[in-house]
Amino acid sequence: MTSFDLAAQPLRDLNRALHGIADGDNRTAWEILNPRGAHAVAVGVNQPVDITVKGNVGYYCAGMNEAATITIEGSAGPGLAENIMSGTVRVKGDASQYAAATGHGGLVVIEGNASSRCGISMKGVDIVVGGNVGHMSAFMGQAGHLVVLGDAGDGLGDSIYEAELFVRGTVKSLGADCIRKEMDEAHIATLAGLLAKAGFDADPASFKRYGSARKLYHFNVDHADAY
Amino acid sequence: MTTKTPPQFSATFDDYTQAEIRRAAATGIYDIRGGGAKRKVPHFDDLLVLGASMSRYPLEGYRERCDTDVMLGSRYAEKPIHLKIPITIAGMSFGSLSGPAKEALGRGATLAGTSTTTGDGGMTDEERGHSERLVYQLLPSRYGMNPRDLRRADAIEVVVGQGAKPGGGGMLLGQKISARVASMRTLPEGIDQRSACRHPDWTGPDDLAIKITELREITDWQVPIFIKVGASRPYYDTALAVKAGADVVVLDGMQGGTAATQAVFIENVGLPTLAAIRPAVQALQDLGVHREVQLVISGGIRSGADVAKALALGADAVSIGSAALTAIGDNDPKWEADYQALGTTAGAYDDWHEGRDPAGITTQDPELAARLDPVAAGRRLANYLSVMTMEAQTIARACGHNHVHNMEPEDLVALTIEAAAMAGVPLAGTDWIPGKTRF
Ligand SMILES: Cc1cc2nc3c(=O)[nH]c(=O)nc-3n(C[C@H](O)[C@H](O)[C@H](O)COP(=O)(O)O)c2cc1C
Repeated sequence: MTSFDLAAQPLRDLNRALHGIADGDNRTAWEILNPRGAHAVAVGVNQPVDITVKGNVGYYCAGMNEAATITIEGSAGPGLAENIMSGTVRVKGDASQYAAATGHGGLVVIEGNASSRCGISMKGVDIVVGGNVGHMSAFMGQAGHLVVLGDAGDGLGDSIYEAELFVRGTVKSLGADCIRKEMDEAHIATLAGLLAKAGFDADPASFKRYGSARKLYHFNVDHADAY
Repeated sequence: MTTKTPPQFSATFDDYTQAEIRRAAATGIYDIRGGGAKRKVPHFDDLLVLGASMSRYPLEGYRERCDTDVMLGSRYAEKPIHLKIPITIAGMSFGSLSGPAKEALGRGATLAGTSTTTGDGGMTDEERGHSERLVYQLLPSRYGMNPRDLRRADAIEVVVGQGAKPGGGGMLLGQKISARVASMRTLPEGIDQRSACRHPDWTGPDDLAIKITELREITDWQVPIFIKVGASRPYYDTALAVKAGADVVVLDGMQGGTAATQAVFIENVGLPTLAAIRPAVQALQDLGVHREVQLVISGGIRSGADVAKALALGADAVSIGSAALTAIGDNDPKWEADYQALGTTAGAYDDWHEGRDPAGITTQDPELAARLDPVAAGRRLANYLSVMTMEAQTIARACGHNHVHNMEPEDLVALTIEAAAMAGVPLAGTDWIPGKTRF
């Protein structure tokens, strides 16, 4: 285990050290002590290493992650795992706004609640939230899956493209062009897979599925007020 | 003798305005087009350079040195960008432009020793390969954004806005969403694509400062970070960009081109380039960072005279979009028959969003795109950049400066009261700067 204490060493050294991990490096397990809400912790990591952050983090923790498995033993500030490409980011607590924003791939698991705009502009990432998500989640979601075990706030999936949303609880309101869709066997299987990967024990059949009505895909004057 | 008055046309409801009303009534959709503001606004043409006289002596043309190089990003970046000329190529997306057009821009910029910039849609290998210095844009849409490209960029430009549409997002209509463009943007092929007008993961300048820290941490503080804003509140926007940690501020006036936006937006929102420069420079001076944080000006730059005047007003470099497209062949009269078939004429063609560009530049149609030879077009761009640079040097030498950056506001006068007020230089033949000195 390689240990890095943010109370004693600067953030810049941490990220440089993480970027310096070479292919086949034997330092595959890292722990980061005393994050104390620091921003940009463990960003741009691109090796399949395990990183555990012992405490709460500020903005953009695990930003643009590729391949690494990052676990935050605390809560995360805005922009958790923004633009994640691959790998897994798990938050034991809650996450603030725009969690997994624009994520292209990989898995983001938030065991607690996520605030507004969770999965905004998501481009292929899978997001599983144990609690609730705030308003405008999955806004303009292009691809990937957002699974919410609790409730969703206002405007879920507004202006959504091809992302798929599964919500077990209530949805306060759906955004423009987002509609409830049927759950067939294939969707249940996808959802079961996501729940299993994220480590949640929930019945996929108890979720509802939402996605794009595809009415905003080509400009139509009669839908002008939805743009 | 007739008692009838001759037909009288309204200045307010002129032919163009009436045609627009009829078009709106028939279609129910606003006009979308490419390019920048077409209306006449105060511009560099309204300024003149004084040249040397009794109190200043000029430098010998072609004999005495007049340097043109510029360093961008020396504030924080370990590897600032060194340009041989103070003219860069602005961000224009692959998607709005064809692959060969992007390649031509990269080739031309590289030959001239300057940088080019990606755009809304990500970085292509061709573009990276042909551009010695490439600036990678981080836009609200984040199409194609990824850490690998971030690390292979020579600078990162956070786009807050563009002069053609400060406060507006992007759009790329279905005709241009080819399979390749769609896959780079993770979108279904052929749909009308909207790009957001706000960044998804930060809102104000305080957040942006943290965002920039993240980008620097991801790239180990190696490359400069630019912030691009459309000209609207240049003093405060520049000050806030400096506060947010920018190495370079890119300020784009309302004449600045766009790939496609509502015409009403292009013509009515934002400030002319001329009006934006002095407040931005003032902000840098007030913060004590003029020349330490570089200012790049764009929007309607066409010639070496424009470059010299922009630098004299305090910019460190300029950036060109529309002029670069013209140099590589956009709106060339040799395609006149094709322009006519599209209901327009060479020089006025601006339906770039439709993807039917006869010159093969603003298109994704492989047949049209093949009309542009990227090697020859790159050469043309390099020639044009070289002419602009020599022109700017000619003017700087005539003012007695051994570097184009030594041009100063005192080298300029204005032809109109408006330009004098905006540029903060005296009206020609007077010592009157409206708003600053008494007439
Ligand atoms: C075809 C085209 C595409 C553009 N795409 C982008 C873009 O993706 N991102 C951006 O920040 N600006 C974009 N712009 C604006 C340019 O970066 C630049 O601000 C502008 O062209 C400068 O003004 P000029 O055209 O008068 O030289 C685009 C401009 C054009 C003409």
